[in-house]
Amino acid sequence: MLKTLRPALLLFAILSLLTGLAYPLLTTALAQALFPQQANGSLIEKDGQIIGSRLIGQQFSGDKYFWGRPSATSPMAYNAGSSGGSNLGPTNKAQLDAVKANLDHLRQAHPTQTAIVPVDLVTASASGLDPEISLAAAYYQLERVAHARGMPLARLHQLVDDHIIGETFGLLGEPRVNVLELNLALDAVK
Amino acid sequence: MSTPAILQLGLFLLVLLALAWPLSSWITRIMQGENPGPLRLLAPLEKLLYRLAGIRQDEEMGWKSYAVSLLVFNLLGVLAVYGLQRLQGALPFNPQAMAAVAPDSSFNTAISFVTNTNWQGYGGETTMSYLTQMLGLTVQNFLSAATGAAVVIALIRGFARHSSARIGNFWVDVTRFTAYILLPLSLVFALALTQQGVIQNLLPYQTAHTVEVTHFQQPKLDAKGNPVNGKDGKPVMLDSQTQQQTLPMGPVASQEAIKMLGTNGGGFFNANSAHPFENPTPLSNFLQDLAIFLIPAALCFVFGRMVGDRRQGWAILAAMLVMFATAVVVETSAEQAGVPQLSAMGVDQQASSLQSGGNMEGKESRFGIIDTALFTVVTTSASCGAVTAMHDSLTPIGGLVPTFLMQLGEVVFGGVGSGLYGMLVFAILAVFIAGLMVGRTPEYLGKKIETYEMKMTAITILVTPILVLVLTAIAVSVDAGKAGIANPGAHGFSEILYAFTSAANNNGSAFAGLSANTPFYNIMTGIAMFFGRFLMIVPILAIAGSLSAKKRLAVNSGTLPTHGPLFVVLLIGTVLLVGALNYVPALALGPVVEQLQMVSGH
Repeated sequence: MLKTLRPALLLFAILSLLTGLAYPLLTTALAQALFPQQANGSLIEKDGQIIGSRLIGQQFSGDKYFWGRPSATSPMAYNAGSSGGSNLGPTNKAQLDAVKANLDHLRQAHPTQTAIVPVDLVTASASGLDPEISLAAAYYQLERVAHARGMPLARLHQLVDDHIIGETFGLLGEPRVNVLELNLALDAVK
Repeated sequence: MSTPAILQLGLFLLVLLALAWPLSSWITRIMQGENPGPLRLLAPLEKLLYRLAGIRQDEEMGWKSYAVSLLVFNLLGVLAVYGLQRLQGALPFNPQAMAAVAPDSSFNTAISFVTNTNWQGYGGETTMSYLTQMLGLTVQNFLSAATGAAVVIALIRGFARHSSARIGNFWVDVTRFTAYILLPLSLVFALALTQQGVIQNLLPYQTAHTVEVTHFQQPKLDAKGNPVNGKDGKPVMLDSQTQQQTLPMGPVASQEAIKMLGTNGGGFFNANSAHPFENPTPLSNFLQDLAIFLIPAALCFVFGRMVGDRRQGWAILAAMLVMFATAVVVETSAEQAGVPQLSAMGVDQQASSLQSGGNMEGKESRFGIIDTALFTVVTTSASCGAVTAMHDSLTPIGGLVPTFLMQLGEVVFGGVGSGLYGMLVFAILAVFIAGLMVGRTPEYLGKKIETYEMKMTAITILVTPILVLVLTAIAVSVDAGKAGIANPGAHGFSEILYAFTSAANNNGSAFAGLSANTPFYNIMTGIAMFFGRFLMIVPILAIAGSLSAKKRLAVNSGTLPTHGPLFVVLLIGTVLLVGALNYVPALALGPVVEQLQMVSGH
C-alpha cells in the first residue's frame, strides 16, 4: 500500500501544480498580453464608466430601443451574475403561457406590425444573456423604434443592416444583430 | 437536413479527421515511451520526477497493480476536490468571497469531476472560488481524461502483446498523457478561445452601468434574510429596479479548453457553453465541437497503429461515424420542426434567410438550430456533457436523441479513453455473438475470447443500465426524488431518467430543470457516477491483463475479419441492440409519450 501511496501523493501534487496553477496562470499571462480586450470581457466603456460587455445582453424595454430576447434569469432579466435558461419543456403549460404572454406584449407594442412574430422574440435564450437577435426579430421592431425616435424608416433599416453579423465563412452560425451595439449606435445618431 | 446543415456536418468531419490522424501518430509515440523532437529536452525532468516519486519508469505493472494505482490516484483526487470546496472561503484566489460549499454538494462535485462526468448541481459563478475552479476542477479535467486514456492504452497493449503479464505503468501513462498531450493542446486551444472572446483573468466581478433601467420583482426579506409570506401564503413581492449589471470574471479559457479536450464538460458558469463568455462565436463553437471529438477520434487510429493493422482502427471509427451522423440528422430535423403549439399561436418557426426558426427556447441566436443540434449530438455521443442549449427545453425527439446516445454506453466516440474502451468491449461481444452464430471459438485480433473475458464483458456492459434503471425507479418512487421535478407529466420522468443516464454513463449534461442540488440527488447521482466509472474500468483492466497473457493465434480461413463492412455492421447492430433492449421501455414512458402528446395537441 505504501508502495502505491508515495508515487500517488507525489505525482498528484506535482501534476496538480502543473495543470491547476502553472497552466491557468501561464494562459492568463499570455491571454492578457495577446488579447487583453477579449480576456477582460470585451467591455464597452463610455466616459470612463463600464456600460456593458459586447458579449452580454442587457434588458431593453423602452420604445426607443430594440429589444433583445426574453431572459429567464432571476431575480431580474439579463442577470449576468447568475446565468441560465427557463428549462421549461415544450409541452409544459407554463411554457406555453410564457410564450403567450410574450406574444401579447409584443403585439401590443407593435400595433401596425402585420408579420407573424419571429420565434426568438418570444422564447428565452439558454444563457439568459443572449446578446443578439435574428434579422427577422430586428426588422419586426423597425417601425416602433423609428416612430419613437422620429427617424425615417429607411435610415433605421440601413442602420440595422450595417450591424448585421453574417455567418462565419458563410457557413457557421446564424446571421444576427447585436442588440446593445445597435442601440448604442442609435443613441449616437445625431 | 438543409444544405447548410449537411455542409457543416461534412466540414466538421473533414477537419476532425485531418487533425485526428497526425495527432494519433503523436499519441502513439508518446504512449510507447518515445520522446519525439522537443521532448528530448524534457526527458531528464521527467526522469527526475519519477525518481522523486519512487517510480521505476521501465517497470511495468500487472493489471491488478495498475488498477490499484489508478484507484488510489483517483481517490486522492476526490479528497482534494472535496477539501478545496470545503475550505475555499479561507483560501486565496477568491475575490468574490465565495463561502464553503455544502458537504453533500462538495461530495457530488468531487466524484463528478474525478469520474470525468462533470455533472454540476451548482452554478459556477455563484458557488466556486477561482482557486477551486483552477486547482480543483481544472486539475481533474486533466487527470480524469488522462486516467481514461491510460486505461484504453493498457487495453490496447493487451491486444497488441502476447504471452506477457504486464500492461504498462500507470504512473508513467498518466504523467505522459497529461504533460505531453493534454497540456500543449489545451494551451493552444485556450488562446484560440480567448482570441474569440472567452475571458481569462483573475479580476473580481465587474459592474456595468447599463443603458436602461431594469424593472423587476423580488421577494421581500425579513431581518434574517428569509422571504416574508403574505396572507395568501405566497411570498410578498416588491417592485425593484436597477441600472447595474454584474459581469462575472475569471480564468475561463484555460478551463474551457481542457473541459472540451478532456471530454469533461463542466462549465465555469451555470449556462456552460451557452454562456457568451464561455462560447462567444460560431467559430468558438465549431472549435469546441472539434475539441470534444479530437482525442476520442485519434485514439481509434492509435488503436490501429498499436495493434499493427490500421484498418482495425478505421473499422471502429466507421461504426462510430455512422451512428453519429444518423443522430445528427434526427436531432437537427426534430429541433428544426419546432413546436406545433407555438405555430398555432402565430409564432414564426419557419427557417428563412432572416432567422433559423425552429424550437428556439433554451437556445442562443448565434448558434440557431443547426449549430446547436450538432453540438448537442457531439457532446452526448462523446461523454462530454457541455451544453450550448438547455436540453430540458428540447423537443421530445430532440431530447430522446441525446438520452439514447448516452444510454448506448457513451461509445459513439465517447470520452477520452472511455469511449474506445467501451467500444472495444462491444467489439468483443460482437465477435462472441458472431462466433456463436457460426459455431466457432470467437477471437479478436488474434486473441481467443474465452469465459473470463466474457464474464468481464458482461459486467461492464450491464453495470450502467442497472445503475440507471434501478436509481431512476427509486427516484420516481420516493418523495425526495419527485420533489426535484420541474416539468409535469412525461417530461418530468424524462428529467429523472436523463439525470441518472447522464451520471452513470459519465456524461454530465442535464435536463437542468431538475433540482438536483439536494442531499438525495447529490448522493444518488454520486453513487451512479462512481460505480458507472470504476465498475467499468476495473473489469476492463482485467480483460487487458488476461488478453496480454494469451498467445496470438494465426489468422486462418475461419477467422472473422474485423476490419470490413460486415464487422462494422455487426458492431453497430450489437451496440444498438443492447441499448434498445435495456432502455426502450423507459424511453417509451418519457420522450415517446411526450412526443405523442405534443403532436396530438394535448
